[in-house]
Amino acid sequence: MLREREAPMKIFWTLLRRELSAYFFSLTGYVIIAAVTFLIGESFAQLIDGLGTDPWPMPVTQMFFGSIYFWMIVLLVSPVITMRLFALEKASGTFETLMTTPVGDFQVVASKFAAALVFYVVMWLPLLICLLIVGRFTNQASALDSGTVGGMYLGIFLAGGFFLSFGCLASALTRSQMAAAMISLAFGISQFALAWWAKNNPVSEQWQSQLLSCLNIFDQMNDFARGVVDTRAVIFYASVTMLFLFLTLRLVESRRWK
Amino acid sequence: MIEVSNLTKRYAGRTAVSDISFAVARGEIVGLLGPNGAGKSTTMRVLSCFMPATSGTARVAGFDVFHQSAEVRRRIGYMPENNPLYPEMRVREYLKFRARLKGLGWRRSRERVTTVMEQCGLADVGRRVIGQLSKGYRQRVGLADALVHEPELIILDEPTIGLDPHQIRAVRQLIKSLAGKHTVLISTHILPEAEMMCSRMLIMFDGKILASDTPENLQRRMAGNSQIIAEIAAPAGALRECFSQIPEIELFDVSAGEGEFQRCVLTPRDGLDLRPMIFALARDRGWVIRELTRHRHSLEDIYVQITRPDEEEE
Repeated sequence: MLREREAPMKIFWTLLRRELSAYFFSLTGYVIIAAVTFLIGESFAQLIDGLGTDPWPMPVTQMFFGSIYFWMIVLLVSPVITMRLFALEKASGTFETLMTTPVGDFQVVASKFAAALVFYVVMWLPLLICLLIVGRFTNQASALDSGTVGGMYLGIFLAGGFFLSFGCLASALTRSQMAAAMISLAFGISQFALAWWAKNNPVSEQWQSQLLSCLNIFDQMNDFARGVVDTRAVIFYASVTMLFLFLTLRLVESRRWK
Repeated sequence: MIEVSNLTKRYAGRTAVSDISFAVARGEIVGLLGPNGAGKSTTMRVLSCFMPATSGTARVAGFDVFHQSAEVRRRIGYMPENNPLYPEMRVREYLKFRARLKGLGWRRSRERVTTVMEQCGLADVGRRVIGQLSKGYRQRVGLADALVHEPELIILDEPTIGLDPHQIRAVRQLIKSLAGKHTVLISTHILPEAEMMCSRMLIMFDGKILASDTPENLQRRMAGNSQIIAEIAAPAGALRECFSQIPEIELFDVSAGEGEFQRCVLTPRDGLDLRPMIFALARDRGWVIRELTRHRHSLEDIYVQITRPDEEEE
């Protein structure tokens, strides 16, 4: 029986390719991308409409973040992207066939999260096109300033990691995709509520208030959109993402102990 | 190849498998028979490392399924009940994906996929989407997946469920061809199939193993109660009188058959074969016999008898 030792990276790529093909070769994937493109376009149309011929008071990206569209997209899209990751496999039984091959639990979790993140980033590419159009047809140099665009995409990426990793956790908790989506949505809304509350309460000396201001995702994204990269925010998002993925891994492994 | 000792699995307050022990030697095809809920699928899930046992041990190819699960998983091909597949993938694409997951390299996985597709009769449907295949073809894809990395042990949970007789025969022939090179553990509740495919059978009921033997031996164990059926042309009264005088006949029943023939059902004492005796009797009296058979217990009788809830036979 000839068999090569399976390298962990090789297994990871194999799993990643299959997850990506599930996103990009399915109708749902393109429906999501289309819906998001529409919303982004709509938001820019409204922005431009509102300003008329006045100059832009702040960088384009920041204005986009200020609108409701960005947050609406992030809130609604991450449950939809992640709900099927584990829940569908468990419900259909393919989880059993997957976990009885010599793959590691870590590779499974990592590949599913990575695929969700890649899909999410691709989904946000139409934003670049909108910025290009704005840059072309207006005098706004800042529309395509590499600092602001880079900062913005970093913010999108980090926020994506944050919400998608929670979505993975929610999907691993249940066999029902609907339940997973609901849990993710509830989390997203609670984050928004926290941020809203922080926004409306001025920062004081008390530690509770300081803590709250750290969790204020609205302000953090605002900074990113202006091209300001605050390392505290980066660390916050990265570490919470890692935490959620760690919990997901534990959940997946737990079937071995039950 | 497989050594299970004192395996118990409990979930949610219910004991699915209760202190079972059995062994399967390399190259055997062993059937796990039992009604729904007997614990067959659970046993297979423990052996394929999908879930841990509550207590007891199981070893596959010398490796423990809990402590050395990666080693075990490299050596088994498993097809769960209901054969779950990814409906959006194409057949060849799916098999190549599975081959790579099991550790085969690019070239090797391509070769093996081609081989296994031919072996399972999938050569024409390589480009079809799995979701559009008929049940029979999907079952074959599941089987091909289990075989693709040439595992030492193949575990199949109800592989022929939902298939038509033609397809069942094809699957059966495929499985029989695997004997010797591979060890196969099949679970089924379709008895004729098990009888035809398996060299040995384990009958499970309510989480326990009630019997473990070859089909012939199981038959023999029941043969002791085998009745003799004879159709003899003679007056019923004379027959009854004759039979009552023979000590070896424990019970008899004479009823009217076609024309002048009487249908006699005789139960022997102590598992004797009464046929020579009946033949001699009829010859001496000048009666015509047109049927003299020993009722062969079908596996179903054995199975039903063994799995009767109030009566168990070890």
